[in-house]
Amino acid sequence: METVWFCLVAIMIAVYVLLDGFDLGAGAIHLLAAKTDQERRQILASIGPVWDGNEVWLLAAGGTLYFAFPALYASGFSGFYLPLMMVLWLLILRGSSIEFRNHIQSAVWDPFWDFLFCGSSLLLAVFFGAALGNVVRGVPLDASGYFFEPLWTNFRLGEETGILDWYTILVGVLALLALVMHGGLWVQMKTSGEVSSRAGKLAGRSWWGVLALTATITGITFRVQPQVLANFSTRPWGLVFPLLAVGGLAGVVFELRKRSEPRAFLASCAYLTGMLTSVVFGVYPMVLPARNPLYSLTVTNAKAGNYGLKIGLVWWVLGMILAAGYFTLVYRSFAGKVAVDKDSHG
Amino acid sequence: MGQALDVHRFHFAFTITFHYLFPQLTMGLALLLVYLKTKALATGDEHYNRAARFWARIFGINFALGVVTGIPMEFQFGTNWAAFSKAAGGVIGQTLAMEGVFSFFLESSFLGLFLFGEKSLGRVGHWCSAFLVFLGSWLSGYFIVATDAWMQHPAGYRLRPGGEMELSSFWGLLLNKWALWQYAHNMLGAVQTGCFVMAAVGAFYLLTKRDENYGRTFVRTGVLVGTIAALLQLFPTGDVQGKMIAYNQPATLAAMEGLFESQQGAPLAILGQPDVEKRRLDNPLEVPNVLSFLTYREWRADVKGLSEFPETDWPDQIPLLYYSYHVMVGLGTIFIAVMVAAAILLWRGRLYLSRGMLWILMICVPLPYIANTAGWMTAELGRQPWLIYGLMRTAEGVSPRVAAGNAWFTLIGFMGMYAVLAVLWLFLIYREIRQGPEPGGNGRGDLAAATV
Repeated sequence: METVWFCLVAIMIAVYVLLDGFDLGAGAIHLLAAKTDQERRQILASIGPVWDGNEVWLLAAGGTLYFAFPALYASGFSGFYLPLMMVLWLLILRGSSIEFRNHIQSAVWDPFWDFLFCGSSLLLAVFFGAALGNVVRGVPLDASGYFFEPLWTNFRLGEETGILDWYTILVGVLALLALVMHGGLWVQMKTSGEVSSRAGKLAGRSWWGVLALTATITGITFRVQPQVLANFSTRPWGLVFPLLAVGGLAGVVFELRKRSEPRAFLASCAYLTGMLTSVVFGVYPMVLPARNPLYSLTVTNAKAGNYGLKIGLVWWVLGMILAAGYFTLVYRSFAGKVAVDKDSHG
Repeated sequence: MGQALDVHRFHFAFTITFHYLFPQLTMGLALLLVYLKTKALATGDEHYNRAARFWARIFGINFALGVVTGIPMEFQFGTNWAAFSKAAGGVIGQTLAMEGVFSFFLESSFLGLFLFGEKSLGRVGHWCSAFLVFLGSWLSGYFIVATDAWMQHPAGYRLRPGGEMELSSFWGLLLNKWALWQYAHNMLGAVQTGCFVMAAVGAFYLLTKRDENYGRTFVRTGVLVGTIAALLQLFPTGDVQGKMIAYNQPATLAAMEGLFESQQGAPLAILGQPDVEKRRLDNPLEVPNVLSFLTYREWRADVKGLSEFPETDWPDQIPLLYYSYHVMVGLGTIFIAVMVAAAILLWRGRLYLSRGMLWILMICVPLPYIANTAGWMTAELGRQPWLIYGLMRTAEGVSPRVAAGNAWFTLIGFMGMYAVLAVLWLFLIYREIRQGPEPGGNGRGDLAAATV
């Protein structure tokens, strides 16, 4: 039962990364890919009706994590106190900038929100990557099941780690580049003209960085977290996950050359899914590895009561069927490239 | 009491109080929007659709602020109240996860369609989107109230060997009697905020002699729905809540009422200042026997005072609790008086011409916000010193590793950010009200006109 919930939470997080990933990426390239007000409104229109729903996956995944693994929620959220609060601030700034930018047209109003939107999206991508890096590297949990990490200590991988060290920063940069690629491909697909071609070029350029960092970080990860290599050698079927990532990454460049915009975006989805599932497979059965392996939180010692988990399965499946229905409806009514007319302000 | 504990408590109190300014309006307005859309559908009168579009814009701004200030609430269970989350997550994680899965997806999907899809959805389709937004926001309210109700009156759980709580009855948690009544009381409060805001904007238009046909619709809708809500707020929902507190949280009742000694035929204090040191109410203005009657329906019934309970079980902020409760009840009484008087004038056909009453409706607009806040303060301060009533004390629930300095850092950050959001909110709402409901009216959409 706990393994089922481990997989379900992982799926929710993956869906979050795929969906909110493209609107975070679109935000990160906002200032570079779009220069004029009309171009910028094209980017905003390409995520406008969906970004809020995408972000709900973060909340729903968080809620599900809370319900299925309360000890993990408690330990992880209080241990990552500072970066999580900063993520909240960035989410507030970002949400406000998307919602309020188009209320007023003025030479001081739009650029202010454009800058905030771009900056907060960019930092969020780095923070989420660094968070993932922390989970893989392990945190200084002790016998009480709690820890507290300062933002940084000495940037090394010792016993007293901070949120940021050279490894987690590297993962953060990879996350940013991967989401720039992902968001660039989305914007290329959903917009037209100059914005579309600039976004495509940015995606193509970040592809090289993604390739280089994926290879480097994979090599380092086997040393930082031995469990990953152990899991892949004891259960070789798990190699499908990294293969999916490699295939997706190859697909991106292949489809970009063929100018097939939707397929390039789908390939990027495959890459992100492959990367995330590889990580999840690599750390299982741990949900939060400790620097001292004795104190790691696992699916068994962090789970909620069995009755609750069983009954949760009933409403969760029902809720997900409904949510899938809503999303199909929304994305279908939002199909095709966006059109922005000159005076759609207000 | 440790210093970190106080900061963590204030952290949650501050962020939740600011957050709830927005959902109380959107939940109330969601109902009124369904009402306006239903009128439009039933009468075929485009006037109601234009009225709904105006309120949808106000709704949209408030909804966005409700979302961005709401996300921190879910996070704070883990970040600031980790020990509580570890102990109780197996139970209240259910309701919080269900809120995400059942309400947030529904709301976020259909709000976009409601705000931007009127043309493509058609008349019935657009009504449905309004209804689903209403359903989503009211479901969300239920899951949150059910979570709080479990902390007030735990049900449907059992203790695990390690001291954590786990779910033992799904329906026991979801249909907790406390949750049903608290929900009814809370939603009526939200409806009153929506009604007072709508009536105030209508009164403003009538008093300034602009958009008067909309002004009449807004005042009429606000007063009609608001009168019903104000009455139901007192009876039965407020009355039952009072009794549930009397039976289940007797020390809380005594503190709310400022009753230090047990009394037969206990009086109801209208005014007075509780002095906890000397254990008495200073300058009391009391109505004899009424508290006994309201609580037990017997004029001479015995009501327990605080002295019957060990001081360690007293709520730790008795004066604040006492004032919150009295402000809530006092304002609730004023709302009934205002709404009933306005309804009578409306019935006689004189409301739109009665400048005095319109003035009162307009300046009452902050009061329901204060009343709703005071109501929640009564519930949450009244639950003290317990985090989960009778099971876990507030001091035991805090995150063990998050120091006071870190909590201060983020509290100050939230204060700064929310100050900016508050200014932004007032500015954007002011602009919408100034532009008014008429399409193309009063210089839509440019800052130049607003600043000249």
